[in-house]
Amino acid sequence: MITLTINGARREVSGAPDTPLLWVLRDELGLTGTKFGCGVASCGACTVHLDGVPARSCQSAVGDLEGVEITTIEGASDAAAKAVRAAWVELEVPQCGYCQSGQILSAAALLAGTPKPTDADIDASMEGNLCRCATYARIRKAVHRAAEIMEG
Amino acid sequence: MLDRIIAGAVPAVRAAPLSRRGFLKLSAGAAGGLMLGAALPVGRAAAEGAAEGLATPFVHIRPDNSVVVIVKHLDKGQGTATGLATLVAEELDADAAQVTTEFAPANTALYANTLMGVQGTGGSTAMANSWQQYREAGATARAMLVAAAAETWGVDPAAVTVAGGRVSAGNNSATFGDLAEAAARQTVPGELTLKSPDQWVYIGKSFPRVDVARKTEGSTGMFGMDARIEGMVHAVSLRSPRFGGTLAALDDSAARALPGVIDVIRLPDRATVIAETTWQAIQAREALVAEWDIGTAENRGTEELRAEYAALLDREGTQFHAAEPTGREAAQVIEADYFFPYLAHAPMEPIDVTVRFDGTAATFWTGSQIQTLDQNIGAQVLGIAPEAVTINTLWGGGSFGRRAIYDSHYVAEAAMVAKAWLDAHGEARPIKLVWTREDDIRGGYYRPMHMHRVRAGLDAEGNIAFWQHRVVGQGIMLGTAFEPFAVKDGVDSSSVEGLGESSPYAIPGWTADVHHPRVGVPVLWWRSVGHTHTAYVVETMMDELAQAAGADPVEFRLRYLADPRARGVLEMAADKAGALPEGLTRGIAVHKSFGSYVAEVADVRMREDGKVKVVRVTCAVDCGVPINPSNIRAQIEGGLGYGLSAILREEITLTEGEVDQSNFYDYTPLRITDMPEVEVHILPSTEAPTGIGEPGTPPIGPAVANAVRRATGQAVRELPFSRHGLA
Repeated sequence: MITLTINGARREVSGAPDTPLLWVLRDELGLTGTKFGCGVASCGACTVHLDGVPARSCQSAVGDLEGVEITTIEGASDAAAKAVRAAWVELEVPQCGYCQSGQILSAAALLAGTPKPTDADIDASMEGNLCRCATYARIRKAVHRAAEIMEG
Repeated sequence: MLDRIIAGAVPAVRAAPLSRRGFLKLSAGAAGGLMLGAALPVGRAAAEGAAEGLATPFVHIRPDNSVVVIVKHLDKGQGTATGLATLVAEELDADAAQVTTEFAPANTALYANTLMGVQGTGGSTAMANSWQQYREAGATARAMLVAAAAETWGVDPAAVTVAGGRVSAGNNSATFGDLAEAAARQTVPGELTLKSPDQWVYIGKSFPRVDVARKTEGSTGMFGMDARIEGMVHAVSLRSPRFGGTLAALDDSAARALPGVIDVIRLPDRATVIAETTWQAIQAREALVAEWDIGTAENRGTEELRAEYAALLDREGTQFHAAEPTGREAAQVIEADYFFPYLAHAPMEPIDVTVRFDGTAATFWTGSQIQTLDQNIGAQVLGIAPEAVTINTLWGGGSFGRRAIYDSHYVAEAAMVAKAWLDAHGEARPIKLVWTREDDIRGGYYRPMHMHRVRAGLDAEGNIAFWQHRVVGQGIMLGTAFEPFAVKDGVDSSSVEGLGESSPYAIPGWTADVHHPRVGVPVLWWRSVGHTHTAYVVETMMDELAQAAGADPVEFRLRYLADPRARGVLEMAADKAGALPEGLTRGIAVHKSFGSYVAEVADVRMREDGKVKVVRVTCAVDCGVPINPSNIRAQIEGGLGYGLSAILREEITLTEGEVDQSNFYDYTPLRITDMPEVEVHILPSTEAPTGIGEPGTPPIGPAVANAVRRATGQAVRELPFSRHGLA
């Protein structure tokens, strides 16, 4: 058994240590907000925070994650995540929405470290997150809006 | 095998749409409330045994004051659930906050797309075919609430008003929930008066998306991929590396020895691993050793196919358009050949379907886009009646055409697996079949590869003297259940839409013909279908002709655009684009598709490395009554992003019948770094609403290509741009 810390709670998980976190979250723990998009860290749909840093859960082996604070979309509740969610709803960013868990976690991590990002900052931080609905123009606007919300 | 399944499903495809009058005749009383429609109860309300309050096929008003709009279409991001909720809420005078949605069950009689004749979503028809139906549904429910209030309060119905989710008369006031039970006992009104546009409070203004909050929270159970059914096992399939190949031999001993593997099911053209988790199934698939019989497979590569298509460009095809010859002499002639590659849809949610089959009945959970076909084909494979198949439609994680599948091939695959499972194990277990991204990219059902040849002449005054147009490409609907509807005189409309009669232009001396070569690569409609290539050809050629004629690109186009709506969007987009910033080059394109008119102006910068950066796109759209302006803007933004993605870097190629690409590192969609600023202007209109999901896609390619040509002199006639170092 491997002990993980997910959204602040300790969870015992079974399976091989090289199992990607993505599939443990989805199939074993029922945390399906983290999405399977490509399996090779090319799309960002499976983004989670590991100790606050955005990471691709499809490439994160659970055996390496003991003692790491894992945050998924279901547990993302810091000020940045709340502001991002509020901006996302206000600007109606999601279309199909399948990639948006990953988009939101990437955006929240950006804002946590860079409270007033430029368009270039946004592009650099969000480039790893594909959206086939091409909601990118609204994502840019919504990250700026979230920055305003955080400023209060 | 699938051919026979499709043949069996054809009668269902031809099922006649049922008019509103038709289903109202089916009205039947039911305990606890009046149900409209014999096939009710429907939806979750029935599952919970909560058939109380007013329940009609399209709207349920419950005693808890919720208004549930039953959505007959798949919402895969295009906003249809919100659109249908808007129509009902408008005529019902509901409060937006009390409105939620549920997807309808598969029931062609009640929920057919009135423009398709089957229950299905496609061709950007969702709002167009629902416009009258869902407003009438809202008006019907409102009339019954009013009648209930009048009866309860002993007042004249004419004295009852409804606004913002409250019903009032004099000092009396009630919520919809208060009146729901009484409303259910009222007579269904015979005649309805719908609101006039000046009375609208939601249509043309705003209505909040019903799904965005949940889509920011990682909510459970929205998408097919997230279905979790008790006792569920997971499946992935190994399929032939060449289209049409069959499984000759299989050694599954190593796979079966791996942890979590429960079974390996062998089918004629694939092997499916069943495991406790998705990851275990994926791992075990790697351990399968298969030999394929490729004797009947498609073994040609892109280059061979291209050479064959090019040879067809030299031969006359089946003519589908012939304008009167102008009799004018050509002073200049431009000739051009175009090449468009196969394209994958690659929705962010790969294909998945969960099935449970117990020998007599089956349930599917998936983002079903043509429920009638999924139900009928699932039933056919399982050897049960369609009525024994339940389709639970879930939100689609994108589609772009991929889930509107004429042969329901992945539902059929899941059904075959479920049947084999039951035969082998004797008891039902829910099975979730997942396609990995590699399966998706290599799995076919692509936008068909096309080539075009145009030879166009200008007379001495710079006016078009003739335009000869030849198209070569696989007809999407040839050989499918849709062939009787879409193929006329050997011409598949999905290959040539946007040309000839369906073009917004009346081009003098325009003749056009087509070849449909038979290729074993499965093809499918891809957001805006034939318009993806026809608009590109017409609008880049039009631009070259304008320049050759020494004419302004807008003025030149207007010479051949009689349709005032096409002229309207072109002039508005050109006007709103304003002055061109220094260092940028501008291209413009206009097109009509799915009943809607879109013009796009692309301002591009050529970077030092020779690549194009699309900086800004100004759009004008006329889609009839703009039901939800925010969603129209979203669909135009996304539609042009999808089209830009394709022209910059997307292509599927084959070598000896095998697909060369496999995932997002070699099939490379648009990322945020390539997304331009987008400005969308919506023309006011009182025309009935037309499509919005697809019409934003066709103009962007030619608009960008025209800008690039004007900047560099290079006409890009072979896509994608990455082939030329431009992306």
